[in-house]
Amino acid sequence: MMTFGYSALLFLFWILLSGHFDPLLLGLGGTSVILTVFLMRRMNILDHESFPSQIFLQLPAYFVYIFWEIVKANIDVLKQIMSLSGKPISPHMVDIDLPQKTDLGRVIYANSITLTPGTVSVELTKDKIIVHALTKDAADDLFTGNMAKAIPDRILDK
Amino acid sequence: MIIDALSWICLLAGGLVGIIGAVGIHRFPDFYSRQHATGITDTLCAMLILFGLGLQAGMSLAAFKIAMIFLFLFLTSPTATHALANAAMHSGLRPKLDSITGEGKS
Repeated sequence: MMTFGYSALLFLFWILLSGHFDPLLLGLGGTSVILTVFLMRRMNILDHESFPSQIFLQLPAYFVYIFWEIVKANIDVLKQIMSLSGKPISPHMVDIDLPQKTDLGRVIYANSITLTPGTVSVELTKDKIIVHALTKDAADDLFTGNMAKAIPDRILDK
Repeated sequence: MIIDALSWICLLAGGLVGIIGAVGIHRFPDFYSRQHATGITDTLCAMLILFGLGLQAGMSLAAFKIAMIFLFLFLTSPTATHALANAAMHSGLRPKLDSITGEGKS
C-alpha cells in the first residue's frame, strides 16, 4: 500500500515537472519511479518517516499556522535589526520540553523553531530541545507551548 | 495589470527584506544571533521573491515548480541552520548571552 502510494506520488511529481505526455517520457518516468522504489525497498528506507501518510491530514492546518508564525517572527526580527522595537536584543539559551511522541514530530518541531526567525534550535535530545532565542519575548513565546500543539504528531496506527 | 503590480511589490519587498537581513548579519554581535538575521533571508525574503515570481508565471507548470522550490527550501534551510548551530556548539563556541545592546557592538 505504501509502495503504491509512494510510486503514484513520485510519478505525479515526474509528470508535473516534465509537462510532456509522449510515451517515451512517460515510460522513462515510470522506469525511474520503479527503480527508485525498488532501491528504497531494498535499503529498507521506505517507511512511515519517508512517506508519512499518517500526518497528511494534519499538514494543511500546520502549514497555515507555521506560515503565519514565520511572518510574525520575521517582522519582530526586522524591527530588532532596524532598532525599531525600542528594546535591545537579549540573547537567551532556553530548554524547551518536547511533548511529541514520535521522532518525526520532534524533528518537525525543531525545524519549526528554526524556521521562525528569532529562535534557532541548537541541540535536540530525546525529551529536551535547547533553543537560542534572540529576545526574551521570543523565548517566552515558546514556553507557552502553542507551537508544540500545532505540530503534526501521530503514531502510525497498525 | 493588477497582478503585475502585486508581483512587483512582492519582488521589491523581498529584495528590501533581503538587504535588511544582510544588514542584520553585520549588526548582531555573535554567531548565534547572526543566524536569526540569516533566518530572515531564508524565510520571508525567499517567500516574497518566490511569490512574486509565481505571480509572473501565472497558472502554469512553472508556477508549480516555484511552489516546489518553496517547499524544499522550507524543509532544507532549517536543517542546515540547525546543523551549523549544533556544530558551533559542539566545537565550543559560547554564545554571548543577554545584556548586549543591538547597537552594533562587535
